[in-house]
Amino acid sequence: MYHINEIVKNNTLIPSILAEADANDYIINIGPQHPATHGVLNLLITLNGETIKKVEPHLGFIHRSMEKMCESLSYRQFIYVTSRMDYLSAHINNHACALLVEKALQIEVPERAQYIRVIMDELTRIASHLLWWGAMAMDMGAFTPYFYAFRERELLTEIMEDTCGARLTMNYMVPGGVMQDPHEKFQHRVTTEFLPLLKSKLHEYEELVTDNIIFQNRVKDVGILSKEDAISYGCSGPTARASGVECDIRKLYPYDIYNKVEFNEVFETAGDSMARYLVRMKEIKESVSIIEQLIDNIPEGDFQAKTKAVLKLPKGEFYQRVETARGELGIFVVSEGGTTPYRIKFRSPGFSNLSCLDHITRGSKIGDLVASMGTLDLVIPDIDR
Amino acid sequence: MFIVEYLKEVTNAVKSLATGMKLTGYYFTHHKEIITQEYPDNRATLKMADRFKGEVVMPHDANNEHACTGCTSCELACPNGSIKVITKFDINADGKKKKAVDQHIYRLDMCTMCGLCIEACPTDAIKMANTFEHSVPDRNMLVKRLNNNGSKIREGVE
Ligand code: SF4
Ligand code: SF4
Repeated sequence: MYHINEIVKNNTLIPSILAEADANDYIINIGPQHPATHGVLNLLITLNGETIKKVEPHLGFIHRSMEKMCESLSYRQFIYVTSRMDYLSAHINNHACALLVEKALQIEVPERAQYIRVIMDELTRIASHLLWWGAMAMDMGAFTPYFYAFRERELLTEIMEDTCGARLTMNYMVPGGVMQDPHEKFQHRVTTEFLPLLKSKLHEYEELVTDNIIFQNRVKDVGILSKEDAISYGCSGPTARASGVECDIRKLYPYDIYNKVEFNEVFETAGDSMARYLVRMKEIKESVSIIEQLIDNIPEGDFQAKTKAVLKLPKGEFYQRVETARGELGIFVVSEGGTTPYRIKFRSPGFSNLSCLDHITRGSKIGDLVASMGTLDLVIPDIDR
Repeated sequence: MFIVEYLKEVTNAVKSLATGMKLTGYYFTHHKEIITQEYPDNRATLKMADRFKGEVVMPHDANNEHACTGCTSCELACPNGSIKVITKFDINADGKKKKAVDQHIYRLDMCTMCGLCIEACPTDAIKMANTFEHSVPDRNMLVKRLNNNGSKIREGVE
């Protein structure tokens, strides 16, 4: 921690921070190595006593120049890179890429593959929300929830491992379908092991965290994001839905078989941290219901459409969006007709959700920053790419 | 009334804390439900999933024969250049030249286990093995040659 006078004397800090700081203010760094930022995010915070005057996120610590990298990769290869963006929704990112290539080449995806993809997406969403739940509770000082969340998630990663061969960066979706048929025990394990386990444990989450008075006091009326602000900051996913914005891509622009399944778009109107928390907890239940509708009805057939060995997208611009566990992921590709994209751009949910952090924490205490940030569910490699 | 409200709030708070503690206490007294496995103590019983992507291998049969034609599809499919196929020309029985694999070099240290090379191989000559203990003292030991010494292509594989 530096006192503002020392910084002015040494003149080493960024001027924009200094311009707004008074002589009595402190400027502190949270991150890049801080457990509450879940990765290498650097927050430069101007404090007046304990009150936050300004939060300036600094990015770039894990920049891997993915968009540029993808320009030299073929349309089969660039998919695997996106698993490393938001690694907790790796399946869903891959799904977006596969959908984009299919849309551009007008590939008909077999029904079986569509079912498998959607089930995998929802399993990923549950896994991601479970991890968020544990990590967020840990940020706020409760350590045990982390282990309970990982207990259920462990079974899920084992199921993924059986079918996709990897636990986190699966690279299972390919243009035209999925890479392999699901493991023969896949359906059995999901229906008889995972879903009953998760359902029997959800009440534990509620007892342990949701109903806990300390937790409630820390998140209620903290980090309020109004509906207008959520829209103008471009927030998406559970963050925006907690403020009452209708933005579920699965409902608005259904892809694959999302228009055939029945599920509710979860809303809250309060817009505070508690609302964001509740939206995610309810989304877990919605995902469970989606999986239950599909898992026993996977049709027979091919798991992959026949595609050419070398994929060439026609000349033009293509955009595809999906709903990841964090919000809307958009992929924009400009093709010159070759085997690699001319330009590729990812619209990641984390970046927009982070941008409202300054707005929702200004004027609150520094302890509330962690609660607000925890419920935004930031994954730093997704923001930085 | 203020005092009643206040007392109610306090009781609720204590109750909610007690519920949480009860859960923690339950797992404290039920060790059996704890699932942590301690590696490497469980090495004898640890079984990886069949499809686990641990490394790329090239299976050879009893006659030291493999199915690789040296077509370099896998090399082209790999997103990060982990595979290098060095080809040679064999003279077959009728005196014709035929392309064959000389060295199939695989860099485990660069591989991201994406499985695209396996997808691309037209003859299924390579596959993923579910080994996972890859730590070695020197990274050069992770550069492997997949085709065995003196191996040749199986009869009938084109
Ligand atoms: S698994 Fe992927 S990264 Fe590894 S060698 Fe094959 S194509 Fe390359
Ligand atoms: S391993 Fe398969 S893809 Fe690679 S060179 Fe041999 S035959 Fe071709």
